[in-house]
Amino acid sequence: MPFREGPLGDLKVPLTWTAAVALIVAAVIAVAFLLADRRETLQEQAYGVTRQTVDVVAKPVSGAIAAPGRWTGLGFDYVRSYFFTASENRRLKAELAEMRQWRDRALDLQDQNQRFKSLMGLRTDPPIPMAAARVVADSRGPFANTRLADAGSERGIVVGNPVLNERGLIGRVVGVSRGASRVLLLTDIASRTPVMIDRTNARAILTGDGGPNPKLEYLRGVDPIQQGDRVVTSGDGGVVPRGLPVGAAVKGLDGRWRVVLFADQSSIDYIRVLLFKDFAQLADEKALQTRSLPPVTTEDPQTSILSAPKPPIPAATLPAATTTAPAPAQPRPAAPRPAAPAAATTPAPAGAPR
Amino acid sequence: MSMSGARPLNPGRWLGVPMLLCIVATVVFSAPIRIWGLQLPEPVFAMVPAFAWALIRPSILAPFAILLLGLFLDIFWGGPTGLWGLALLVAYALVLILRNMMTGQSRPMLWIWFAGATAVAMTAGFLFTMLDSLAMPSLLAVFWQFLVTALLFPFAHRLLDRFEDADVRFR
Repeated sequence: MPFREGPLGDLKVPLTWTAAVALIVAAVIAVAFLLADRRETLQEQAYGVTRQTVDVVAKPVSGAIAAPGRWTGLGFDYVRSYFFTASENRRLKAELAEMRQWRDRALDLQDQNQRFKSLMGLRTDPPIPMAAARVVADSRGPFANTRLADAGSERGIVVGNPVLNERGLIGRVVGVSRGASRVLLLTDIASRTPVMIDRTNARAILTGDGGPNPKLEYLRGVDPIQQGDRVVTSGDGGVVPRGLPVGAAVKGLDGRWRVVLFADQSSIDYIRVLLFKDFAQLADEKALQTRSLPPVTTEDPQTSILSAPKPPIPAATLPAATTTAPAPAQPRPAAPRPAAPAAATTPAPAGAPR
Repeated sequence: MSMSGARPLNPGRWLGVPMLLCIVATVVFSAPIRIWGLQLPEPVFAMVPAFAWALIRPSILAPFAILLLGLFLDIFWGGPTGLWGLALLVAYALVLILRNMMTGQSRPMLWIWFAGATAVAMTAGFLFTMLDSLAMPSLLAVFWQFLVTALLFPFAHRLLDRFEDADVRFR
């Protein structure tokens, strides 16, 4: 039976009120989504199946849309290089002359560094494997700064991997699916990266705010930073390896220290995902948790008290024979006991008489 | 007045098609194009239907369509889920409340109203982000997105022109 022919057919509800109720219901759903969101935790579990599915679908679509734009960009670069060849040549020559000095200095330091390492027996960090990918979509708004890259779990990428372009660090992976991975940029409001000032080793936390230049927070020390100081990753916390180039320090209009990212100097089209695992990840947790500890030999307090050197006795009370042979300064070993030392370390069973 | 001349709007045409166009435009503008160091702007295309739908007529489906658009933006842009849904619904609610004042006004005046609704949505997004991330977003970045979104008014006006008189019960 159609609804309009039923007993409720004549029931008329004002549309304005029902629309208002629908609006409130939709708002409540949105609030529930926002409260349930755990994006700020940046954990693997927080990146749900819905987001993974959207990423998998968006990757080929955005890739196809981005292709003409990429070709256009390449065309513009070609035209620019044609018209500005002479000036670029002059600039490159000057840069090359400067770089030659740095090369000699780097070779000298490398040689010195190797000698120090061999002298100290240092164990150097193993080389970090990388996965190259292309960015197919990006978001540049004030509330989200992310990139979608066209390489995912099939290339060994996991949540937390740092991401670089040819100039420096751009962010880290926060979501991985088959064939696509979501990169949270350093500029995102949820991004926190431990960094240090290269010149002074002063530590800070690089905090994104949706703008192009993230802030340096929790800077400590007296005069730890100057305009133009190079900022690199500190490696603290183990998420990002130490020493990755990040940017140069600048004083913002708001008086805060900010960082001009090196990565912004080039197009973030091709990226490298460092398949980095920190020490905590490399450690064998099972081996660390095994309880087969070697037996510990503890000293019996009774024995140690009995074998302790006696307090000195006044010479007048001592017989003449005892003054000729002073007690040795070395502590005496504990006297062997009938019970085996292992017995002392064996825990008593529960309820056993003591 | 007789309601016999009323033509109920087809939800597919006044809700479905604009939704689809918003999604397509958002995906197109997310292309990582950088020419001479400049990137594409990132306007909130969903603001166009959020403004126009409230002016065209009160509806039960429209809030849920806006919620879906907002959820799409959050997931596609990688932001907190529910942020844009809530911010757009706040702007939609404001326009719905004030629609009697807005209907029939001139195009420049409506543009100002559109900019105001966009400012409300951006402010709501700013506050919700502060609460969610416990950090303050860059005011300059918020302003740029507001500016490029406010420039989308011609699309909202086109949508209004197309459907405002389609259902005479809500004139």
